[in-house]
Amino acid sequence: MSFDAVTLSRLQFALTVAFHYIFVPLTIGLALIMVILEGLYLKTGLKVYENMARFWTRLFAATFAMGVASGIVMEFQFGTNWATYSRFVGDVFGSALAAEGIFAFFLESGFLAVLVFGWDRVSPRMHFFSTLMVCLGSIFSALWIIIANSWQQTPAGHQIVEFMGEKRAEIVDFWAVVFNPSSVNRITHTLLGAFILGAFFVMSVCGYYILKGRHLDGAKRSFTVALVIATIASLLQLASGHSSARQVAFTQPAKLAAFEGLFKTPEGGAPLYLFGHPDTATEEVKFGIAIPGMLSFLVHGNFTKPIDGLDKFKPEDRPPVALSFHAYHAMVAIGMFFIGLTLFASFLRWRGVLFEQRWLLWIFVFSILLAYAANHLGWVAAEVGRQPWVVYGLLRTSDSVSKSVSAAEVAASIAMFVIIYSLLFLVWLYVMGDKIRHGPAEDSEALGAPNHGLQPAVAVEIKNPPSQQEA
Amino acid sequence: MTPDWLDLNLLWFFLIGVLLVGYAVLDGFDLGVGTLHLFAKNDLERRILMNSIGPVWDGNEVWLVTAGGALFAAFPKVYATAFSGFYLAFMLLLMALIFRAVALEFRSKQPWPWWRQMWDVVFSLGSSLAAFLFGVAVGNIIQGLPIGADGEYQGGFFELLSPYPLLVGVFNLSLFALHGAIYLEIKTEGELQQRVRRWLWWCYAVFVCLYLVTTVVTFAHVPHATANFRYFPWVWLVVALIVLAIANIPRAVYFGHPVQAFISSSLVIGGLIVLFGVALFPNLLISSIDPKFSLTAYNAASSQKTLGIMAIIAAIGMPLVLCYTTVIYYIFRGKVKLDKMSY
Ligand code: HDD
Ligand code: HEM
Ligand code: HEM
Repeated sequence: MSFDAVTLSRLQFALTVAFHYIFVPLTIGLALIMVILEGLYLKTGLKVYENMARFWTRLFAATFAMGVASGIVMEFQFGTNWATYSRFVGDVFGSALAAEGIFAFFLESGFLAVLVFGWDRVSPRMHFFSTLMVCLGSIFSALWIIIANSWQQTPAGHQIVEFMGEKRAEIVDFWAVVFNPSSVNRITHTLLGAFILGAFFVMSVCGYYILKGRHLDGAKRSFTVALVIATIASLLQLASGHSSARQVAFTQPAKLAAFEGLFKTPEGGAPLYLFGHPDTATEEVKFGIAIPGMLSFLVHGNFTKPIDGLDKFKPEDRPPVALSFHAYHAMVAIGMFFIGLTLFASFLRWRGVLFEQRWLLWIFVFSILLAYAANHLGWVAAEVGRQPWVVYGLLRTSDSVSKSVSAAEVAASIAMFVIIYSLLFLVWLYVMGDKIRHGPAEDSEALGAPNHGLQPAVAVEIKNPPSQQEA
Repeated sequence: MTPDWLDLNLLWFFLIGVLLVGYAVLDGFDLGVGTLHLFAKNDLERRILMNSIGPVWDGNEVWLVTAGGALFAAFPKVYATAFSGFYLAFMLLLMALIFRAVALEFRSKQPWPWWRQMWDVVFSLGSSLAAFLFGVAVGNIIQGLPIGADGEYQGGFFELLSPYPLLVGVFNLSLFALHGAIYLEIKTEGELQQRVRRWLWWCYAVFVCLYLVTTVVTFAHVPHATANFRYFPWVWLVVALIVLAIANIPRAVYFGHPVQAFISSSLVIGGLIVLFGVALFPNLLISSIDPKFSLTAYNAASSQKTLGIMAIIAAIGMPLVLCYTTVIYYIFRGKVKLDKMSY
């Protein structure tokens, strides 16, 4: 692999978007849980729900800020590193990005202000409404950006036109662009992935509190809400993933062949590997266990109908197999594990004995890492499996970089991002950890009585040293 | 589909301008507050400064994000050429914006003086650098860029740092600082407000000097910038408005009408962007190699179909945006108050 501008730009894109995606699913997932907890507070009037909602809000705010900071980079990176691509797709792709700004980000950032700073300024109903709007806003932004990304995966509703001496894609049918063959599947799948992650985050923190015997009431209630979400979403995720895989089989057959390590088109039905390692040199899957005919069954509902292998594609049109295969299989394995885990935990919760199973709670404390792994591996599978195309079948990744940017410049910016992002990541982890150690305010503690004017603020400042100001 | 009288390219040239005005007026004041941040004496004052923009800065920045998205959609070639051409400068800007955003969030999370001091400096430097770089970008665009026949930028990083753009950069810094000081005049009270008043007078003095210098240099050094003024005589009304608004700022502050002063400085910013747009029209990026290579609202635009769809999106979206922006500013009106959830 040579480190030219293309490779480096790909590295930079993968790095920055993966970093952005640390905060994105947590934002989306936590927002949903906050809406539910606040809704429960409005319904029951129990203070503990408000305390928990406030607690998650503080973690949410820190995450949101990181999401914003890293998102701005994404918005402009198409222009900085992928100028040729931008000229080619701008007509189609740009509108989705602009729609994201107008319909989603304004909604999100506007009501975030009320969500974070408005507890003592607006009525509980208005606050609940704001939380709902933030949740909706984050879902809208996922929606539009996935539409843009899905158009790259399965382009539709466009035509290729020559304009000012350059070829480019132009919109013919806006709704066909929006509802391209993969967008609905991928929006559903990504959102469910985010809900799962948010729920596992809450269960991780609350599991830890329960193990330590702290904040028990709030922790158990939040845990239960999150467990319900996680169980439902994990089950739905299997259905949605299956639907995604079938759609990949029809629209991006080379990608499916890479996912399944299908080097040669089989005579009869294609097998489904539970695990294994695809060896590109010998073109076979090693150390694998396979269910014969299962892949054909999942795609066509028929155990013997063949499926195209990689040999049906020109060598220069084949995606990297090993990475796609492993990323995809690991994601599916984690998905299956989550289904088992959440169903078992729900059963115990129903019997009323869940919170006595210390070993199980410990599993929940660490499962958040698996939820992250599944989300990131899913993207790696989807994006690497799309290679060597940046717009499937239309534009090659190697043809889409900026011509006026040198490899050295990209290397410099990568170095900058690596340094800044590692630093910020550590600070974020530290701040999150600190807030989690602090925990939610208990009922007995006074909850920031509204201050009027500057004088009381000064008084508070003097009464409590700064360390207590920022719980 | 589109009626004859509607020139969608012109409309989008105008709408990108509207987004830029929205961004500069709104984020302008919070970048300005950042520039002034280190002048605040103690921890409490600095918290008040940060919390004065706390609920709104993120929404303000979305104007930039949306302007970027709209530029991508409406004029993809401009988006591509400008951002790949300004590569390193742009990375620097991104860095400034990233640090500024997280500094706001993290600063007050720990009581340690070194921690707060560190984020204070980061916040202030990030804000100032961003304000400065925006000016440098504007200066370069007015001056023209070495754009070749293929529509690609041919220069390097240091060519972006010639004297005229640097001057516009400093000018913009002073403008935003002034705008920020006026905002703080609205949001603070008591002793802090007295001190803000002193910063405001200083900012005003520096701004007026730089305004005169920049105007003179622009007329003398960049003749093509004012060439269009002949075709659009109404521009002189805008110039007059800017001068009146500048003159109104000290009057309004002196008589205790800071909101009026804020409207005036907003008008100055808006007016300057109108002049910027007129100076460029119909170009978006002027080629200094050959005017034929310039990217215009016509040769760099998306298809009529896309421009039409975008116009519909804007027509649905912008009223909503204005609605909730107004609601948010209304909810957080008045002097800054600190509470449990503040920074
Ligand atoms: C599945 C969802 C998803 C995906 C795949 C992406 N984002 Fe994102 N983005 C969000 C979901 C999201 C969000 C949840 O809505 C964020 C996180 C925190 C926030 O402010 O909104 C966000 C923030 C965010 C912001 C800051 C908005 C603000 O100031 O409030 C920008 C500019 C972008 N994103 C742009 C992008 C681009 C160009 C992407 C393409 C690679 C991208 N995001 C991938
Ligand atoms: C947020 C989660 C995402 C992750 C983790 C992710 C992951 C990746 C990875 C790993 C690559 C490098 C692939 C390679 O070079 O082999 C890549 C490339 C790319 N992805 Fe994604 N991606 C994400 C979302 C998106 C979205 C939402 C878009 C479009 C809006 C997108 C567009 C691209 C583009 C343009 C490239 C560069 C060209 C390429 O290498 O294909 N990605 N992404
Ligand atoms: C349960 C079994 C699962 C199956 C069968 C499955 C299937 C798939 C398939 C086929 C894709 C590629 C879609 C494409 O390229 O268009 C994909 C992508 C993805 N998966 Fe999964 N998945 C499963 C579980 C999970 C879980 C548990 C998560 C996260 C918690 C997850 C997160 C993602 C993400 C973020 C993507 C990238 C976005 C997209 O392309 O939709 N998946 N999945």
